[in-house]
Formats: sequence, structure tokens, C-alpha cells
Amino acid sequence: MTPSIHIRVQTEDFDVAQEYAALRKDNTQDGAIVFFTGLVRDMNQGEDVTGLYLEHYPAMTEKALARIVDQACGRWPLSRVSLIHRVGQLHISDQIVFVAVSSHHREAAFDACHFIMDYLKNQAPFWKKETTTQGDRWVQALAKDEASLKKWNDQHDES
Amino acid sequence: MINVLFFAQLKEVLNTSSLQLEHSAPCTVKDLKQRLTTQQPAWQTHLETDNILCAVNQTMVDQQHIIHDGDEVAFFPPVTGG
Repeated sequence: MTPSIHIRVQTEDFDVAQEYAALRKDNTQDGAIVFFTGLVRDMNQGEDVTGLYLEHYPAMTEKALARIVDQACGRWPLSRVSLIHRVGQLHISDQIVFVAVSSHHREAAFDACHFIMDYLKNQAPFWKKETTTQGDRWVQALAKDEASLKKWNDQHDES
Repeated sequence: MINVLFFAQLKEVLNTSSLQLEHSAPCTVKDLKQRLTTQQPAWQTHLETDNILCAVNQTMVDQQHIIHDGDEVAFFPPVTGG
């Protein structure tokens, strides 16, 4: 069955309850929904953060996200996937990203949600600029994010 | 014509968000970078670092990818979304 996929890139906030309800609505086949939300925290790389600006490459963003979701759907039996990423000016404790997947069983749902976030952090064209008490600065990519993809490649090689 | 785009801190240090170049002969991403830094020597330290990524027509590519007339070529630093 073709999974139902919803991807949105937007400046507006989102309501997790509403998104979760959409994954449950008329869904009698799935036994598991896993979701993740990413938030703006007040401390990063040792400095006090007061705000966050998210730049993106509009023509590429949804295309890159769709490719990541398609890869996840190819690896796990997912019924529904919802992915929302915000752009523009955000503030402390704001929601940045939402990834939710539904599947018959929990293992597929946990893994697919984790996979989508790991790939999003490495391949989707978003850039964070933080406002800190020391001035503005672009967030630097971390080696651990790139390393996080390795486990999925290793698993894939074994299977 | 090739449409070249820059994003995030790369856009800021180059003080350029986009530019257009004539497509005179087949070239790779690497060739295009060299052409840009020949025109703008000050860009070399920013463009020719290992971690700068490139997308052609909104798909990530490597340095050897061939650029065609009409392509949209974007250069940007490692992504930090999520």
C-alpha cells in the first residue's frame, strides 16, 4: 500500500495534538505511532541563546525532505508520515521540527522516525543562525550528526 | 546561462546571494568553483574549503558532477536544521 505522506515547510507554529490526531484518524491497521519534536533550547555550544533564525533553500527543501521520507518508506512498512519543519525567526522553547510515523508495529515506527531525523539533520538544506548574549552566529555542523548516518548504512549492509 | 546561488554564512562572507554565468563549455562543479575564484580571488578561501556542499538543480552532487546550460547551482555550508 502506498504510504500517505504529508510534508510542510512553514513559518507558523504547529499543533502536535492536531498532527497526531491526523495520523490516528480512521486508522485501524496501525498499532504504533512514534513522533519527535525538536525545540529551541536556551544553551548551545556553551553560550546563552536568546533566539534562532532558520534559513533554507526554498526550491530544494521539500524535494530533499521528500527524498528522505521516500527512503524511510522503502526500508520500513509505514502507513503514514507527517513531517513539518519551520523556517524564519524562532524563540526559546519554540517548536522547530515534527516527524511522525505510523506503522503496524513499534520497531518500524521507532526506527523510521529516528532515521528521518538523522537524515534531515545531514541532508535537508536548513541553516540555523543563533542570537546569543555574545552576538549572532551561525550554528556549526557537528561531526556526531554525520556519524549518526553510519549506523543506518551499517544496518543496511547487514540486511 | 548558469544560475549560481549561495546560502547561509557563505552568502554573508561573499556578500552575494546569486549571480549568473555564461555557460561556454562543459564544466564540472570543481571547474565552476575555479572560474568563480579566478573572477573573485577573495572568494577562494571561502569556496574552496572541503566542507562546502553543492546542489545542482536542487540535488546534492559531488565535485565531478557536470554542469549543463540552464542549471541552477547552489553552494552552501553543512546543513544544521532539525
